[in-house]
Amino acid sequence: MRLRYLTLTAVAFFSAFPLYYSVVVASRHNSALAQVPPPLIPGGNFFANVSRVFDTVPFGLALANSVIVAGSISIAVMFFSTLAGFAFAKLKFRGRNIMLVITVATMMVPAQLGIIPLYMLMVKLEWTGTNYALIVPALVNAFGVFFMTQYLSRALPTELLEAGRVDGCSTWGLFWHVVLPAARPAAAVLGMLTFMSAWNDYFWPLVVLSPDNPTVQVALSTLASGYVNDYVLGLAGTAIGTLPLVAVFALFGKHIIGGIMQGAVKG
Amino acid sequence: MSTLPLAISRRRRRSVRHTLDVRVSPYAYVAPFFLLFCAFGLFPLVYTAWVSLHEWTLLSETQEFVGLGNFSTLLADGYFWNATFNTLSIGVLSTVPQLALAIWLAHLLNRRLRFQTLFRVSLLLPNVTSVVAVVVIFSQLFGRDFGVINWVLSWFGVGNIDWAAGTATSHIALSVMIMWRWTGYNALIFLAAMQAVPRELYEAATLDGASTFKQLRSITIPMIRPTIVFVVIVSTIGAMQIIAEPMLFGQSSGAGGGIATGGPDRQFQTLALFVYEQGFANSTFDFGYASAASWLMFLAVVVVAGINFLITRRVKGGLV
Repeated sequence: MRLRYLTLTAVAFFSAFPLYYSVVVASRHNSALAQVPPPLIPGGNFFANVSRVFDTVPFGLALANSVIVAGSISIAVMFFSTLAGFAFAKLKFRGRNIMLVITVATMMVPAQLGIIPLYMLMVKLEWTGTNYALIVPALVNAFGVFFMTQYLSRALPTELLEAGRVDGCSTWGLFWHVVLPAARPAAAVLGMLTFMSAWNDYFWPLVVLSPDNPTVQVALSTLASGYVNDYVLGLAGTAIGTLPLVAVFALFGKHIIGGIMQGAVKG
Repeated sequence: MSTLPLAISRRRRRSVRHTLDVRVSPYAYVAPFFLLFCAFGLFPLVYTAWVSLHEWTLLSETQEFVGLGNFSTLLADGYFWNATFNTLSIGVLSTVPQLALAIWLAHLLNRRLRFQTLFRVSLLLPNVTSVVAVVVIFSQLFGRDFGVINWVLSWFGVGNIDWAAGTATSHIALSVMIMWRWTGYNALIFLAAMQAVPRELYEAATLDGASTFKQLRSITIPMIRPTIVFVVIVSTIGAMQIIAEPMLFGQSSGAGGGIATGGPDRQFQTLALFVYEQGFANSTFDFGYASAASWLMFLAVVVVAGINFLITRRVKGGLV
C-alpha cells in the first residue's frame, strides 16, 4: 500500500517537474543556465523575458488568433456534435446504425496523410495564411459526435422527448428546447477538450499559416528555432502559451478527466 | 362549406411537413459531420493517390502523368528507407514501454485511494501541454552541456551525452518526450475500462491468496482486452505519423541540419517528416513525390496496425 502511494507520487512528480522546470528557466537569465548544478528554483527575470518574447515574435497577434480559432472551433464542435448526437441517440432513421459505425471508423483514418491535397485545396479557396484554413476543417469531428451520442443516449430520457412531441414540438423544437439544455454538462466538457486540442494544434497551422500571422504554437516554434539557442526566450514563450491552459485544467481537471474516461468506455 | 377544402389541404400540408420533419430531418442533423469529413478528410486522402501518379510540383503549370514512376524512385531512395527505419524504431521505443506503464498505473489507481483526483490530474497534466512546449522543454532537459538529465546521470559516472547527435540516443530522447505526453492519458483510458470489471472477481482472487500482480495478469488484462486492442491500434496509427517532435527537436536542440531533415545525418527523420520535407521544405515542392510517400506510409500504417491487431487479440491465453 505504501509502495503504491510512493510510486504514484513519483509519477506525479515526473509529470509536473518538466513544467515546473520550464518556469525556472523562463525566470532566469541565460547565463544562469551554464551553472553546475543547474538552477532549481525560479529567479526574478520572468517579466523581462516575457517582454523579450513580445519583441521577438508577434505574440499578441498569435494569442488573439489562437483565442479566435480555438474559440470558434469549440463552439461549432459543441453545437454540431450535440445535433448529430441527438439524431444518432434518439431519432429513428434508415441507416442510422451503419452511419454511426462509419463515424467511429473515421477516427482511425490517418488524415495527416492527405495533407498535400488539403493544402492544395486551401490554395484554391485562397484560405492559406488565414484562420479559415484552421477553423473550417475542424468545425465538427467524429470524436465529438460519438461523445455526445454516448452521453445523450444515456442521460436524456426518451419520455421527455415524447412529451415534447405530444405538445406539438417539431424535431428542431425538441432539439432547441429539450436536448440542448440537457446536453449542457457533456457539451461543456467536450468544449474544453476541443479548446485544448485546438489551442495545442501545431502541424497544420505551421503548414498553412505564415510566420507573420501565426497562432501561439507557430510563434513558439519560431522562438525556439533561432540560430542561437536562446532557451530562456523559448521557455518564457512556452510558459505564457501553456500556463493559462494548465491553470484551466487544474481548475476543471476533474470534469475533463471524467469526460475522457466516459468517451473511452466502449471505444 | 367553402372553407372545407382549404382546411383539408392545410391539414395535408401539415402532415406532409410532419413526415418530412420526422423522416428527413435526422439526415440533416448528421450531415455536417459527413460533409466536412468528405471534403477535408476523405477527398484529400483519395486525391493523394491521384497526385502521386504525376510529376507535380507547387509551381508547375501542367502535371505530367508518370504512372508508378514516383513509387519506383521512392523505393530506391535511401532517405525513404532511413525514415521508415526511424519511424519503426521510435514507434516501438515509445509505444511498448508506454502502454505497459499505462496499464500498471491504471492498476495502481484502480483502488480506493486518498488523493485519487490529485493523482489523476497530475497524470494528465503532460497531455495538456502542447507538442511545441514539450519539445522545447525537453530539449533543454536533454541539453548536452547544461541539461538536467546529463547532470543527474553524472552522479552515476556517465559522461555528457550529446542526445540529439546519435541515432539511438536521439530516438530515446524523442521516445521519452512522447511517453511523457501520452502515458497518463492512456492510463486513464485503461482505468475507465478497469472500473467496469466486477469487484467480486478481485475479492475471490484475494481470498484465494493471489498477489496483486497475479490479479493484474489473470483478471484485469483478460477483462479489458477490447480496450487494450483499441488503445494499441490508436497508438500505432499515432506512432506511424509522428512528425512534430522530430521536427521541433531538430530545431530547438541545435543539432543542425535543415528544418525537416531530422538532424544533420537524418538520424531522427520520420516518414511523416520525410513527406513534409519533399512537399514543403524542399526548394522543389515536389507534391507528386511527397504524395507517393504519403500513400506508401498509409499502406504501412494499415499493415502495422493490422499486425498489432492480430497480435493483441492473440495475447489472450498466453499471459494467464
